[in-house]
Amino acid sequence: MTDLPIYLDYSATTPVDLRVANKMFPYLTEVYGNPASRSHAYGWNAEAAVDLAREQVASLVNCDPKEIVWTSGATESNNLAIKGAAHFYAANGKHLITIKTEHKAVLDTVRELEREGFTATYLSPLENGLVDIEVFKAAIQPDTIVVSVMLVNNEIGVIQDIITIGNICREKGIIFHVDAAQATGKVEIDLEKLPVDLMSFSAHKTYGPKGIGALYVCRKPRIRLEAQMHGGGHERGFRSGTLPVHQIVGMGEAFSIAKAEMAEENARIRILRDKLWAGLSTVEEAYLNGDLAQRVPHNLNVSFNYVEGESLMMAVKGIAVSSGSACTSSSLEPSYVLRAIGREDELAHSSIRFSIGRYTTEADIDYAIDLIKNKVGQLRDLSPLWDMFKAGIDIASVSWVHGTESHREPEAVVA
Amino acid sequence: MAYSDKVLDHYENPRNVGAFDAEDQDVGTGMVGAPACGDVMKLQIKVNDAGFIEDAKFKTYGCGSAIASSSLVTEMLKGKTLDQALDIKNTHIAEELALPPVKIHCSVLAEDAIRAAISDYRSKNMTEADGYNACKSAA
Ligand SMILES: Cc1ncc(COP(=O)(O)O)c(C=O)c1O
Ligand code: FES
Repeated sequence: MTDLPIYLDYSATTPVDLRVANKMFPYLTEVYGNPASRSHAYGWNAEAAVDLAREQVASLVNCDPKEIVWTSGATESNNLAIKGAAHFYAANGKHLITIKTEHKAVLDTVRELEREGFTATYLSPLENGLVDIEVFKAAIQPDTIVVSVMLVNNEIGVIQDIITIGNICREKGIIFHVDAAQATGKVEIDLEKLPVDLMSFSAHKTYGPKGIGALYVCRKPRIRLEAQMHGGGHERGFRSGTLPVHQIVGMGEAFSIAKAEMAEENARIRILRDKLWAGLSTVEEAYLNGDLAQRVPHNLNVSFNYVEGESLMMAVKGIAVSSGSACTSSSLEPSYVLRAIGREDELAHSSIRFSIGRYTTEADIDYAIDLIKNKVGQLRDLSPLWDMFKAGIDIASVSWVHGTESHREPEAVVA
Repeated sequence: MAYSDKVLDHYENPRNVGAFDAEDQDVGTGMVGAPACGDVMKLQIKVNDAGFIEDAKFKTYGCGSAIASSSLVTEMLKGKTLDQALDIKNTHIAEELALPPVKIHCSVLAEDAIRAAISDYRSKNMTEADGYNACKSAA
């Protein structure tokens, strides 16, 4: 394990907190009953554990435990919320609104609904990554039934103004869904006050296990959904399937720790993040992606001009970071999120997302700063674009020979 | 993405990084690719009076395979005549570096860079024989 890189990818996933793992263990081997078994103590004990976890999750986001529906993660919660609401309220209209910087679990769900005959508007955010409220208002149509806007962006960490957006939705009688997978334990969430109808959560972004999540379904006003998973009628019919008690216990414990420790933890993480940015912003031609103020302290997303993204990732193997989001980093496409905020391809290609978490130390940050400075310098020594920049040549004004020779069909190679 | 040892070697210890004065009569410069595509390769050759490539240098903005392809090419070019250099094909580069299919275009770019550098040199040094060759290779 010693030569593993330093983990700075907490937005992709987090380790399970040991306190959480320890709580989960007995629910695999001892308290293994099915919470739906009503006739014996195995079932009752399992049900009690699920009830406690439901309270713990509800408590972090200040809602009624009855408003929490267990799912397999934020992907499923997003699907259930958006498809479930669109299908249930289809008689009221056919139009949905979301933003281009949403997670694929929202964007592809909306695309699927378009294939079914719904229509959708994908809003372009401002350059700082935030929704332009006027543009949002203008996109609302008489037949808009669902709006989905994330609370915290997974790539650039910006926090959307869901209060303003939610109030507009309430005024117009539009269902408002919020993907909060990246927000729990990072920003205060008070669902009693927030004008939000549906909110998605995931355990593994907040030191809980993978494969468990929840959907908040507001009871006042009462939101109805068409189930996506049919069967035994678990979770009041919203989501059938035997409850994974150990996973649920883990999510509950993880969210309860988040509630107790988030204020202190976020203050500590903010110091580390500010230190990281203080170090990296001294690199010439380094650009921060997304608003710095309206942003969780855990995230820093920086583009380094005149170095290419993939070679940059190769150069910084000593740290585990993402270029773009973890789900898409295997493709050569630049990040769609960075494109949506208007970053030109070159800068989008050479972006690094640093995400800091519970176990990050100051030494980790020092190491990351040194490594990046060093490697960006080396790659720039190799870069003809850097030479041109230094010589004062405007790279945009050069007529590049591309789309021709180098992109012709290559001759086949025998492997 | 898993890289072959050869790619990693060239990437970590790139050979012949640098530049010649592009104005020099005995230097040919080729610049191919485009920043928006994520790859720009600049390859330069220095040709001696006997018509042999005596030195080569590169700078590359691109992925690890593009950097490795151009580094390898600078080594392959040394000691070759221009016509011999034109025989270097992307398949040789890709095979030598064991590039996976998605990285073949990086080797294509390196081949293009060789051609661009040679044609730049030839257009600067239009002797009768070279001029004839240049026309032939452009056709
Ligand atoms: C904003 C956002 N939504 C949804 C998801 C998907 O969550 P899960 O892995 O729990 O399905 C992620 C995680 O990648 C995310 O960052
Ligand atoms: S130069 Fe484009 S992937 Fe290698």
